Amino acid sequence: MFSIIRSMWITFMHMFHKRETVQYPEQKNKLTTRWRGRIVLTRDPDMGERCVGCYLCAAACPVDCISLQATEDEHGRRYPEFFRINFSRCIFCGYCEEACPTYAIQLIPDFEMGEYDRQNLVYEKKDLLIDGQGKYPGYNYYKVAGLAIGGKDKGEAQNEDPPVDVRSLLP
Amino acid sequence: MTLYIDNKPYDVKAGKNLLETCLTLGFDLPYFCWHPSLGSVGACRQCAVKMYRDEDDKKGRLIMSCMEPVANNQRISIQDAEAREFREHVIEWLMTNHPHDCAVCDEGGSCHLQDMTVMTGHAYRRFNFKKRTHKNQYLGPFINHEMNRCIQCYRCVRFYKDYAGGKDLDVFASRSNVYFGRHEDGVLESEFSGNLTEVCPTGVFTDKTLKQHYTRKWDLTTAPSVCQHCSLGCNIIAGERYGELRSITSRYNGAVNGYFICDRGRFGYEFVNAPGRIRKAVCDTEVVRKEEVTERMKHLIGSSKVIGIGSPRASVQSNFALKMLVGKNNFYHGVSDNEHDLANLVIKILHEGPAPTLSMKEVELADAVFILGEDLTNTAPMMALAVRQSVRRQPMEQLAHINIPAWHDGAVRELVQEQKGPLFIASVHTTKLDDVATETFHSSPDEIARLGFAVAHLLDDDSPEEASLSPEESKLAQKIASILSMAKRPVIISGASCETDHVLEAAANIAWALHRKNQQAGIVLTLPECNSLGLAMMGGHRLEAAFNAVLNGHADTAIIMENDLYRHGKKSIVDEFLKVCKNIIVLDHSPNPTTEKANILIPSGTFAESDGTLVNNEGRIQRFFQVYEATENIQESWRWLLGLGTALGVDEMSHWKSFEDITQAIAKEEPFLKNIDKVSPPAGFRINGQRVPRETHRFSGRTAMLANINVSEPKPPVDSDSPLSYTMEGFRGLPPSSMIPFFWAPGWNSVQSINKYQQEVGGPLRDGDPGIRCFEPVQTSKIQYFKSDPAIFESQEDHLLIVPLHHIFGSEELSARSPAVGERCPAPYVMVNTADSADLKIHENEELSFEVGGQPYQLPVKVSSEMPRGMAGLPYGLPGLPFVELPAWGILNKEMKWMKQQ
Repeated sequence: MFSIIRSMWITFMHMFHKRETVQYPEQKNKLTTRWRGRIVLTRDPDMGERCVGCYLCAAACPVDCISLQATEDEHGRRYPEFFRINFSRCIFCGYCEEACPTYAIQLIPDFEMGEYDRQNLVYEKKDLLIDGQGKYPGYNYYKVAGLAIGGKDKGEAQNEDPPVDVRSLLP
Repeated sequence: MTLYIDNKPYDVKAGKNLLETCLTLGFDLPYFCWHPSLGSVGACRQCAVKMYRDEDDKKGRLIMSCMEPVANNQRISIQDAEAREFREHVIEWLMTNHPHDCAVCDEGGSCHLQDMTVMTGHAYRRFNFKKRTHKNQYLGPFINHEMNRCIQCYRCVRFYKDYAGGKDLDVFASRSNVYFGRHEDGVLESEFSGNLTEVCPTGVFTDKTLKQHYTRKWDLTTAPSVCQHCSLGCNIIAGERYGELRSITSRYNGAVNGYFICDRGRFGYEFVNAPGRIRKAVCDTEVVRKEEVTERMKHLIGSSKVIGIGSPRASVQSNFALKMLVGKNNFYHGVSDNEHDLANLVIKILHEGPAPTLSMKEVELADAVFILGEDLTNTAPMMALAVRQSVRRQPMEQLAHINIPAWHDGAVRELVQEQKGPLFIASVHTTKLDDVATETFHSSPDEIARLGFAVAHLLDDDSPEEASLSPEESKLAQKIASILSMAKRPVIISGASCETDHVLEAAANIAWALHRKNQQAGIVLTLPECNSLGLAMMGGHRLEAAFNAVLNGHADTAIIMENDLYRHGKKSIVDEFLKVCKNIIVLDHSPNPTTEKANILIPSGTFAESDGTLVNNEGRIQRFFQVYEATENIQESWRWLLGLGTALGVDEMSHWKSFEDITQAIAKEEPFLKNIDKVSPPAGFRINGQRVPRETHRFSGRTAMLANINVSEPKPPVDSDSPLSYTMEGFRGLPPSSMIPFFWAPGWNSVQSINKYQQEVGGPLRDGDPGIRCFEPVQTSKIQYFKSDPAIFESQEDHLLIVPLHHIFGSEELSARSPAVGERCPAPYVMVNTADSADLKIHENEELSFEVGGQPYQLPVKVSSEMPRGMAGLPYGLPGLPFVELPAWGILNKEMKWMKQQ
């Protein structure tokens, strides 16, 4: 008998506690930057596409929901011809971001992706590519890679000597 | 012999080095400069292990395992801390200049350097100074060059120069600046340059055609296949992604191609992806559905007299299905009558003769070679590579006396220097093997045959005599005969490329005469196309008979399967034949002049979309597997014909349901091919109840690659014809050797993982090299020598004897359609002797007009001092050159020249 009254009392007292419920969507929660939500493709500081189409994100993906095709521009810079993520399969594990050697693919704190039609959850490159650097500003993969691309010839990357003159006899 | 590795005893084979022994035993020991085919030079210092004097020696010393022969009771340690640290440091040094490129490097994911770096445990670059860089070179349409990535292992030049005899790739500069490339930008000349992509442990040399549609190794759907571009039947792995064939790599077969394949095989695949491919069935310009095609054909065929024309580039199964559909008496070989007779002659020589037909591995071990009439580099490239190895055999015999093992490549080359074993080449024109030949002889095919008959007579008196040789020729014949009779493993190589039966007969006579004295003597004959021998084994009439059957009204409907008749018959006759023929049903995958004339055009699958079996030049039956399910209406030819046969109620065909049934029927019906069903495991074969997956366990994009079409993934196709699956799921261990879809082992992502699939490093695959040979030499004391009398060549005024000249790039129909190979195809020309050109008052690149067998030609002249006088060379099978049966006399058209001068 007593325990019933005690339980009712405790329940009653909860009316005066601070509310835990958030009035979503009117009221939005603050999410940390490392929160793993919607996936985006970012650009480097020069606004070039960061993704070089190395396929590591696709290989790392446990549900195999990333599919892409690498291609090259006329100067040898690689970029994805298409880049597709099937978000109806994605489990937001973040392995793709971890695998990415160029900081191109990033998970951002946005989760509002609900759709009535499942087909709309298939995101193409135009849906994924943003005009910004995302969480990792300043990094430019081609500045540290040895590959020559338009505007950066051999030996012009960071920490590189100028190309060897094969015909030189100097020691 | 007992070898102690980390204090555990192992039973090992003598005569090997420690590195190959450790790899054979299954240990993971990193290495770079060593390659099973190239031997050891001890350059990279990567394979260091600790060696101990005896049981009590606790200190030991570091040695390079690739340079140390195994000895009894030897004690080594792979796991020793000092050895491991040493190996890690070596990688660290190599990596000081290696660029931060893996993400954009085509080698990534199948990179030996990546694997070895992970194996040694090196992870962070501690070297703070700048990286050395290099400019790249343009190396042609096949190979991409990215010199920054080089780790100076020297494998590329050792393969290209020492192994394949190339002259235009070398190493320049010194110390850490060494540069591997050409002396200037330009196309790599060697026909084996594609192997650099597999020999290079990192991404300096990569496949340029793969780069056009780049896919990582782990993302390819791969299946074991057999190269379709010459008669040798090299084993290949074909890889697909997004419904497109993306790359061809070599599939190790110890008896056939070993580790390598030629550039025609590696880069000639792109005809499969050609935009103009035949993909839809067309009946009289109307596109029809798959189901309707059979109905229409049934209607057509039911009321007419049908003949079937097979093809030397279609599988045994397809040809057999056609033969059964039209009936044995209505089945015709789709090759020129000359080629038909030559293929039958080859079967006669190999089947009825005492000399065994040799594989490429056995040719490599030969110590004397005589080539009659073949330009191997252009007709059967990998055989030329094998011959190039064979010339080292005799000089290497001295190794036994001075205790140098054959794998000790540096020492062996130092000792052998420029010494070469005997190699005699009798050919129409210069060949690329001439540089290693003891003696060459350039003359007409009949003259070559006469030299051959003379050699055979010198070896065995029972062989018919050839009297009318010039003194120089008889001297050469005597020299060849004496050297061949002294050799331990002599090989006679000839083939169908100079299209003269006398040459083949002469080769057979020599081989048989030799074999009487020496049981090791063997013969190798090459054929024009990948399944020439398989087609010839099936019996069938000549193409001319097919033309006559239609022109005389015995038949009015022709089913032409995977065959461009304009490549095998004279244009005027084929035109006439196709005009008279009431119904022309053509099954093919690529458009050609014959498909243009078809009433019903049916899209058949290429090798990548088909299951099938081929018979190579040594009579080895080899299975190739479908790489991916074809899209739209494309099906294998045999499947189309099977459907048609069932619809028509052909007795034999009505109970066939699958590939398996056809194969078993072939085994029953065709005496030569009785083992065809044992070549690979049946479709129902499972390991632990599982199929063998075509996709690696890292295969990506399963749930996204088709999501743009429909977010619900389709069910993966089920393969009813083989034990392979189109998925990632299945048995992950070693599959049977005939169906290895890719080489991979834990820690070994690159092709170097092959050592995990071999019984011993460089030896046969674990359950034997795939393929079954269908010729066994006949044991007979009485040899039936060929007795023929080739005519003495005499030049004629206003005439030139036109002989075919083969080109590795261009002479073969399908590979020439691939853009990269097409870039290397020569433009049509005619080659004449320097003196002849002076007589004709014609200069290089001026047009010569002539007529062969009623077929007019007007072609730019190439002048060569090596072309025999009175003869002219016409490239064989080049796109744009009309077919003519050669060798034949060409009548010079002087009027044309006069008109041109006006």
